[in-house]
Amino acid sequence: MLKRFLATHEFRLLIAAIALTVCLALGSPRFLAPQNLLDLLANTAFVGMLASGLLVVLVAGSIDISFTATASIAQYVAILAAGHAGVGLVGTVLIACVIGTLLGMLNAWLVSVLRMSSIIVSIAMLNIYFGLLMLFSNGQQIFSMPDWFPDALSWVVGTAPNGDPYVLNAQIIGLILSFAVTWFLLNRTGIGRQVRALGGNQEAARRVGFRPLRLSLIAFGYLGFTAGLASLVQAQLAQSVTPNVLVGRELNVLAAVVLGGASLAGGQGTVLGTILGVAVLAIMENGFILIGVSSYWSQCFIGLVIIGGVAVIGLERKRQRNHASRVIAGPAMTARTITGGTE
Amino acid sequence: MTTAANVLELSGISRRFGGVRALSDIDLEVRAGEVHCLAGENGSGKSTLIKIISGVQPPEPGGRIVIGGEPCAHLSAAESIQRGIQVIYQDLSLFPNLTVAENIAIAQHHRPGLVKWSVIRRKADEAMRQLGIQLDLDAYVADLPIAQRQLVAICRAMAADARLVIMDEPTASLTRHEVDALLSLTRQMKSRGIAVMFVSHRLDEVLEVSDRVTVLRNGEKLGTFDAAGMTDRALGELMIGRSFSYETQSFPHPEAPVVLAVDGLSREGDFQDISLCVRRGEILGITGRLGSGRTEFALSLFGMNPADDGRITVDGHELALRHTTREAIAAGIAYVPEDRLTLGLAMRHSIADNLLLTTLKNLAGPVGLVPDGRRIERPRFWIEALGIKAPQSENPVGTLSGGNQQRVVLAKWLATKPRLLILDSPTVGVDIGAKDGIYAAIRELAAEGIAVIVISDEIPEVFYHTHRVVVMQHGRMTGELTPAGCSEVELRRTVDA
Repeated sequence: MLKRFLATHEFRLLIAAIALTVCLALGSPRFLAPQNLLDLLANTAFVGMLASGLLVVLVAGSIDISFTATASIAQYVAILAAGHAGVGLVGTVLIACVIGTLLGMLNAWLVSVLRMSSIIVSIAMLNIYFGLLMLFSNGQQIFSMPDWFPDALSWVVGTAPNGDPYVLNAQIIGLILSFAVTWFLLNRTGIGRQVRALGGNQEAARRVGFRPLRLSLIAFGYLGFTAGLASLVQAQLAQSVTPNVLVGRELNVLAAVVLGGASLAGGQGTVLGTILGVAVLAIMENGFILIGVSSYWSQCFIGLVIIGGVAVIGLERKRQRNHASRVIAGPAMTARTITGGTE
Repeated sequence: MTTAANVLELSGISRRFGGVRALSDIDLEVRAGEVHCLAGENGSGKSTLIKIISGVQPPEPGGRIVIGGEPCAHLSAAESIQRGIQVIYQDLSLFPNLTVAENIAIAQHHRPGLVKWSVIRRKADEAMRQLGIQLDLDAYVADLPIAQRQLVAICRAMAADARLVIMDEPTASLTRHEVDALLSLTRQMKSRGIAVMFVSHRLDEVLEVSDRVTVLRNGEKLGTFDAAGMTDRALGELMIGRSFSYETQSFPHPEAPVVLAVDGLSREGDFQDISLCVRRGEILGITGRLGSGRTEFALSLFGMNPADDGRITVDGHELALRHTTREAIAAGIAYVPEDRLTLGLAMRHSIADNLLLTTLKNLAGPVGLVPDGRRIERPRFWIEALGIKAPQSENPVGTLSGGNQQRVVLAKWLATKPRLLILDSPTVGVDIGAKDGIYAAIRELAAEGIAVIVISDEIPEVFYHTHRVVVMQHGRMTGELTPAGCSEVELRRTVDA
């Protein structure tokens, strides 16, 4: 078990994350301060929650990059309803999640009906969703939040030496919850395993009687659902809603998930990997600010890390494939080796 | 007529695609616990029949399907599985990203609610125990060699409580030892009362364990025969409908100059220490099972898979060991790949454009543009020369039949006036009549003085259509035979050794 883990991509990412943390802790004493870590978590929540949703779509063998537009719409409508129609906490969350889920499912349905590649459909839908939102909102920001909103779901859990409170807030709860639920979905439910099977071999999934359209609806719908939740968490953090502030971040989310080991070809990717992918990018971004690296440089570095990380994954997969084909061509293939005896 | 002893009964099954009759009025019964072969050439309707049995496609009205004594009016894929029919497709339909255990017990995921990993492991373990197989339950299928993947697929059929297991071309990519293991598994299943249906166009291997054979030709059933009195040859003639009798060929000019000389060519992991030569007008066969390194060797000659060690000489000039494909073409080597669909042709482009692809440079005028006159007249020449049946040279290549596509690929490379022509499995997926045409074309090319290498795993193909055969196994040359001086059985024995 342990030996298997040591050979995984997740293990290498973990080492990278630890190494980064150590370097940054040495470079800036503030990095490991509890307050900085809490801030780091809260600031990562939006990307992290979306990453967990996107992971499910990638595992299913599709891709959807329209989720930032989905989140923008869900956020705008839900906060509008909360501010003007007096919808409570539960209602607001419900509105955002339902909108997100339905828009996600619409993408899945279009991909299936039009038989188009999901990347094209989701680029188109990103534009349509975002265009419609800007049209109806006139690009106007919302500042009037209901009174309960700014402090909803936050608890003081401790006090810093300087007297500042440590707060467990909606961002951190949302982040943990979305990773936990995604893990449960992908590993413990029959539907989650069907989704993974679909991403591994669509034709085979069809042949064993799994229903690709239904599974896509679930995967895309789930991403939409997390987008709805993430949008509220983000609105609370920003204390305002700006319709055009989220769109443009979808590729950062995609990069984090792919760095975490998910494959655009489908069927690959784990929640642990995604957490680490998100963490590595978040730690780098935060650390660069703390040690005063120009934000342009930090963007370049992040790009390099993504290329390097994905290249390592690619090399590793190639090595495994070669290994498998070498076993086929290997000498002395006997009845014993076929039935799994030791080579 | 309906008896419980029959797992499957079909009557009056027909199926039409557009104007083509794929199946007409087929009756078939499979008894419980029997091993039944379904034999037929490519295009005889075998795959359509499997699709109908597995509920993937419906038969035309009037067809009757009875499974386990119960008639099925509208058979769906799920119903077919639920009634105990399991198809192991040639591609095996496995999930490379899942473990062995999960692949075997994949049907468990149909149950609503939470995944019980312990149940999945137990089911997988049971299926393997029933067949006497040991595999690492936690290994990912992507990491398994092909023979083990096939075992996983068979275990999955067992785990699904199959009463009839249909195997589509199960031996196509196995070595002789692996085929033996598969046959003993078949006996295991049979002894448990499970019926097994082999679907194949190469039945010599499975004939020995079979009880009965049903032969299809052009969508019609010729009959069901006892396997006991059936020979490979008789079966072949039934499948084809006419007997092609070929004579072995001997090379008329043994002293002709050597075109290609290969000395000690090796590539780590692919092949070792290959030495051979081909003379002007000679047809050299290279045979061996999948994974013997034959294709990798050919690709090395053509500059697509650089060798690590050894020497390649063409017409007395040594090629650089890591030569490029461009250099190989310049030296006069042409290569027609095994998978002409992905490697040989641009399917959406016209026949003419495909034919011109290799010689564009020679056709081009001073500024690099190809004059329209040449664009039209050259393809016409080749279409006539090789008897390609195409209404218009501007039609996409994808609209041609397999045999005609193969000829386009041939023409494309012949246009380069090669000294050495390498044909990798030139008749795969080609029906028997078109095969004959390709063999004739190869003989003519050789008679014109081109040195030809034919790579094939079909033993009769290399035995009757080449002058000399090199046998490869696990990347090494294990024999060299002259068909005119040995028997087909001897050649087969060398390949299977």
